[in-house]
Amino acid sequence: MDPKHFFSSSNVLIVAGKGGVGKSTVAATIATAASQTGLSVLLVEVSGRSATAPMFGAQAQGYDEAVVIDEADHDDQRGRVSLRSITPDDALTEWLNSHGFGRLVTRLSSVGILDVIATATPGIRDLLVLGRIKALEQEGVADLIVVDAPAAGHAVGFLRSPVGVRDAARSGVLNRQANEILELMGDPKRCQVVLVTIAEETPINELIETSFAIEDELGVRLGPVVVNALLDELDGLSPTSPSDLPPAADGLEPADLDALRLAATFRHERQQLQASQLTRLEAQLPLDQLHLPMVFSPVIGTTERELLAQHLNQQITERVANDPEDHQGTTP
Amino acid sequence: MTRWFDLIADRKVIVCCGTGGVGKTTTAASIAVTAAQAGRNAVVMTIDPAKRLADALGVNGLGNTPQIVDGPWPGTLAAVMLDTGETFDDVVRRNARDAAHAERVINNRFYRNVAGTLSGTQDYMAVEKLAELTESNQWDLVVVDTPPTRDALTFLDAPRVLSRLLDNPIYKLVTSNRGGVFQIANRAAQTIVSQLGRVVGASVVDDAVTFFQSFEGMEQGFRDRALATSALLTQDATSFVLVASPRADTLDEARYFCEQLTSNDLSPDAIVINRTLPRPGVDATRAATLQHQLNQTSLESASIALSDLIRLSTDDRQRVQELAALAPEALLLTVPLLASDIHDVPGLIDFASRVCEPAAD
Repeated sequence: MDPKHFFSSSNVLIVAGKGGVGKSTVAATIATAASQTGLSVLLVEVSGRSATAPMFGAQAQGYDEAVVIDEADHDDQRGRVSLRSITPDDALTEWLNSHGFGRLVTRLSSVGILDVIATATPGIRDLLVLGRIKALEQEGVADLIVVDAPAAGHAVGFLRSPVGVRDAARSGVLNRQANEILELMGDPKRCQVVLVTIAEETPINELIETSFAIEDELGVRLGPVVVNALLDELDGLSPTSPSDLPPAADGLEPADLDALRLAATFRHERQQLQASQLTRLEAQLPLDQLHLPMVFSPVIGTTERELLAQHLNQQITERVANDPEDHQGTTP
Repeated sequence: MTRWFDLIADRKVIVCCGTGGVGKTTTAASIAVTAAQAGRNAVVMTIDPAKRLADALGVNGLGNTPQIVDGPWPGTLAAVMLDTGETFDDVVRRNARDAAHAERVINNRFYRNVAGTLSGTQDYMAVEKLAELTESNQWDLVVVDTPPTRDALTFLDAPRVLSRLLDNPIYKLVTSNRGGVFQIANRAAQTIVSQLGRVVGASVVDDAVTFFQSFEGMEQGFRDRALATSALLTQDATSFVLVASPRADTLDEARYFCEQLTSNDLSPDAIVINRTLPRPGVDATRAATLQHQLNQTSLESASIALSDLIRLSTDDRQRVQELAALAPEALLLTVPLLASDIHDVPGLIDFASRVCEPAAD
């Protein structure tokens, strides 16, 4: 599929996955990839810690929007990328203000009643963040809103929050809010979820469980799965290959041979593991897979992010089937 | 390694903390295995609902009471998976005036929301379960696998969570009224409660008020228990083990954990770094030379693999040092990245045998 077409297929794209799979890197990569196709992007962080700002060479972002890629700075047809952080507390205060509870806010916070609201209605914190994102979507602040979902525990918790709130608060404005968000999430033209994993056993198991839970319970459209940090497949590696060569022939020291043998054996093992996990994922989850390479750099900066984004767009072109309208879901 | 074995042989409680995805559950289980191998009666408790512990032990599911896991050791190994709701129900029953009182609280919708979902409650119940296991005198060692929450170490704060709930204004508001029938004397408070109802729905407020009213009389029991469990976590026989992996994102989390421990006047006794990479015996310069020299030979792939591995293991080494610097007093241990996940007792024994002190540079 044409990447621009792919990124235009929904207004909101939620990037979810468990900790340690590089979810924030993938969120920044997706935002950049969409920008490379000329779309304007708002990247939203919800964890309260700015993981993606350094990848754009920017300072940590607050509640206000900050432009991290300015279309004017680029010769190519770039879209603007802005970054902002929405934390539950900010969202709650803003939401109360915008619903005519403004004067209440100060009083409620001073006596600690906001905690009671949060306790009485599980999921309210996540819900309000989603509510703020929904408001931004309706204002049309950008062609695409990319959400870096929280990493804590399972990704489902964040996405399931409107269901929890709808069931706990059976009337009132919160209940309405929850229903409106469920409407957004259930509409494939407005929202899709991209799950991120690495090609290892436990993350893949959790990804498969998460996918079915998200689709069955929430009716959310699942986009392709991003498999992050893949090693290039090197040919001709076998655990014993270096020892087949007579050391003197190439002027290799015994230490060189040991190191080559160690590296070849290790890489061979990892490649086999990786390949078997990708096959398993393909067999158990009928979603397109987008593969991103392992980045051999201790930090992800502008260069690495731009390269990853180009790679992602190439993967979308090659691997995503053409018709998003024909999205059949994961249910076999 | 003597220090590690001494720690496992000597402590009554070992709390494994760290972020998700670093092998915390496996590490906790392997500590219990090492204890059982040393002849102790050890129980490992997990809070993670993802069934990782049952999976690592190769058993079919675990419950809220310890289940014995057989293995080739002189001691005992048992495992338990915390059921937050069930544990909270037990606490309510212990503190209630009578069965009817307990049921009234347990069936309240607000209580159900609090008991099942509030993350602080999960931590509180984990500490409660830990106290229960310790007090049973059945176990020489309790190993705790803490939840993979981002704002972790709420575990330490857990006993205070409940006190905060009891100090809540709504609680005070409704319990200060001794009349039995709910009446809010204070006009300002009444306004707040009714406005609150407009936000969250009147039913939520009613549920909360009913809950706080029926909770009356249990309060002191809860407060006393919170104090006792706090003491359990800070006793000398309790050790904290920080579990991490040499990745950039987990380093930040580990730093945060250490700060949290320090602010509670605690420190980790050991740092276990899982998933460390093998280190080739040549440096990056030599690897580059080899890659050039072996280009288009049968060893080309091996030479690329070598350069890649050196880059990854150099970062890895750097992270291990940064982790070690977080708590210089702590015993530093590493476990190599294994080819597959652990699904049975032999795998766990193998894992436990691979825990080692990193070689000096």
